[in-house]
Amino acid sequence: MKNSFQKFFASGTPWIWVNAGAVAISIIMTVGLLLLLAYNGLGHFWPKDIMLAQYSQPVSEGEPLVREIIGERVNSEVVSAERIISSGIPVSADQPYHERELVKIGNRDLNDSDYTWLLSDYLSDIRYPRHLTTFERREWGHFYGYVKEVHEAGATVAVSDPANEQDTAAWQALQPRIARALALHDEIAALEKEEIGEVNYAIERLRLQERALELRGEATPEALAAIAAERAQWDAQYEAMQERLNALHEASERDTVVMLAMNDQETAIAVSEIVRAYQPNAMHLGGKLATYGSKLWEFLSDEPREANTEGGIFPAIFGTVVMVLLMSVFVTPFGVVAAVYLREYARQGLVTRIIRIAVNNLAGVPSIVYGVFGLGFFIYFVGAEVDQVFYPEALPAPTFGTPGLLWASLTLALLTVPVVIVSTEEGLARIPRSLREGSLALGATKFETLWRVVLPMASPAMMTGLILAVARAAGEVAPLMLVGVVKLAPALPVDGNYPYFHLDQKFMHLGFHIYDVGFQSPNVEAARPLVFATALLLVLVIAVLNQLAVSIRNRLREKYKALDM
Amino acid sequence: MTESNTEYATASRSKFKKIDMSKIGGHEGGLRAEELPCCLRVTDLNLFYGPAQALRSVNLSIPSQRVTAFIGPSGCGKSTLLRCFNRMNDLVDGCQIKGSIALDGEDIYHRSVDVADLRRRVGMVFQKPNPFPKSIYENVAYGLRIQGINKKRILDESVEKSLKASALWEEVKDRLHESALGLSGGQQQRLVIARTIAVEPEVLLLDEPASALDPISTLKIEELINDLKDRYTIIIVTHNMQQAARVSDFTAFMYMGKLIEFDRTDTIFTNPAEKQTEDYITGRYG
Repeated sequence: MKNSFQKFFASGTPWIWVNAGAVAISIIMTVGLLLLLAYNGLGHFWPKDIMLAQYSQPVSEGEPLVREIIGERVNSEVVSAERIISSGIPVSADQPYHERELVKIGNRDLNDSDYTWLLSDYLSDIRYPRHLTTFERREWGHFYGYVKEVHEAGATVAVSDPANEQDTAAWQALQPRIARALALHDEIAALEKEEIGEVNYAIERLRLQERALELRGEATPEALAAIAAERAQWDAQYEAMQERLNALHEASERDTVVMLAMNDQETAIAVSEIVRAYQPNAMHLGGKLATYGSKLWEFLSDEPREANTEGGIFPAIFGTVVMVLLMSVFVTPFGVVAAVYLREYARQGLVTRIIRIAVNNLAGVPSIVYGVFGLGFFIYFVGAEVDQVFYPEALPAPTFGTPGLLWASLTLALLTVPVVIVSTEEGLARIPRSLREGSLALGATKFETLWRVVLPMASPAMMTGLILAVARAAGEVAPLMLVGVVKLAPALPVDGNYPYFHLDQKFMHLGFHIYDVGFQSPNVEAARPLVFATALLLVLVIAVLNQLAVSIRNRLREKYKALDM
Repeated sequence: MTESNTEYATASRSKFKKIDMSKIGGHEGGLRAEELPCCLRVTDLNLFYGPAQALRSVNLSIPSQRVTAFIGPSGCGKSTLLRCFNRMNDLVDGCQIKGSIALDGEDIYHRSVDVADLRRRVGMVFQKPNPFPKSIYENVAYGLRIQGINKKRILDESVEKSLKASALWEEVKDRLHESALGLSGGQQQRLVIARTIAVEPEVLLLDEPASALDPISTLKIEELINDLKDRYTIIIVTHNMQQAARVSDFTAFMYMGKLIEFDRTDTIFTNPAEKQTEDYITGRYG
């Protein structure tokens, strides 16, 4: 007779609890991770209120100095008195713990750094004046202060009294000027990137043509003259554009704004330097939401600024997606063909068993090893050969003999091909024998049976392999650092210049971006929220890519519903 | 016998009461197999799966345009023999064949024979319905497409003709482009027969075509076999003796890889020459 504990154990209930517990912990950890990333990353874009306060930190001798502080409160922590004292600030040891907060004071051009730690106990007179203004600038980070004067071509057009909260004349006058400067900036960027870029590309192509003619010994005077004539044409265009560009630059530098920063420092800022200006203390929730949306959109759609600590990460998103798609294009046919041969045509025996074991082991090779292989084989060997044969005119500057998108995709394809082979083989093994026989009995050859019946039915399994491959490839960073990823790519790998798709170019990648921003950045505090935001985005990009593959697989599964035989 | 076969036997007995000897095949007054035109001639056939011998010196001539049934206990080699006729055994690793099988006088195991072509002439229907996961139309058109026929008019005609011949047309004519997997088991098996006759074979091999079906579907398949026998030489493997008695003109009884007796179905069932045959038919073993 079993006692009640044995009965309880035999009923399987404890196992159900253990299983449910494991599932619950996994879900909680995943959701927790996403929430942590979202909280730390997405909060960064919220336009925080700007604090105005007096700060007088105790000093060991003499009267404490009273400073004015203008800035955003970022976060706070509790520190032991001992630690504060050892850092040179003589706080009283009676109170064992002190709170200190991190304040972003910006104005890197005036202050040494744009973050500072302040002891909460010595902050006083905290206010939030409505007319405190935040500028996001193209250089030197954020600026906090009061708008004092607006100048147009040297002449003062509007003045405000920084002491008077109601006096918004200068702020009002500034608005249209910022809009104008932004429009001019866009125009300059378009001109530089597209039109001048095109001319440069054409001139470079002419140089390569000339060099190719020389290499082939066909550099007749007529041919050279033709090239020179064409070059003269492009040069003339270039001159004209350069002139336009100068004019635009001049126009955009017309306006300046005089700002009053903390501790009565006055400084002039060119309006063309301003990316975004807002007065968060005066904004309602709607206005803040709009600013938040625009900052978030900038993050998603713009290029990075200031050593990747400001601006957007669009090139990294684009690079990640293009590289993963390109990898899928390489890995799927390759893996499927290999699996079909192994499963359907190769004679099953010792050799195929060894090959299978080798393939499975390849999946476990550390990815950096693939990176080294990609560098040694693809870039230094294949790439160099390709350059010798197809791009001799560009040498010694390498075209494909240098890390780039193509080699990165191929390296990752190699890294993930075992997964595709294994799951395709499993899919092929699952196709019922009766279906193959049914096809063969109708007079189909083995190949026709494979092509018309077996492969379509195995396609969901191939997609499963691809899903696993995408999940692995999209998160891989280590090999990419050797074969094509850079911290800042000058251009996207897809553009308007023939051949439109530049497989030889280096590219940016979200995973590497996280590493670069988080650990290579000169401005750690500014970069930290971006690390979280970028990590969240990487997770989302992988999720979207996977979801895409999963939905294709489900559609295929529906179409080729497995028979129960 | 499996459980479902027992059930089926009970069901069909209640329908037919007992084996009605007047309904047993062989309607042309006692012609023996040797006296009819021969379609497939098996000469001294031995088959090995690795070291195990599955068929032992089988000699047999299958008459044209008749239904021949292979009966015998499980593992007696009747399916193996059937699969020799369209060389399906080629797919089995380690299968070795000695002896010869001639289709219309030509050895089908000769080196010059194109196996795909042979299988087009000798169609086969398997135990379990195995429609492709395609539409009903594409299932029937499959064999023709393999032959490179892609003209819609020809395919349409052939699909309709084949589905009508397999008595499925009325049931599926409004949903030709729906998945074949939505059909019932009996319908699927008739679809597979339609698919097989769409390529216009000379011989139809049926490997226990009704063993996975319910009694009503079985009846339909049997009626279909009756309709088809004017045009095709049909060989059917069955576990079910009532079925063999109902549908076939000739019956071969096999045991342990040997052909024990081959004769007109009425002779086998009423007056077998061999003791083993009689024991099997009267249910003393098997």
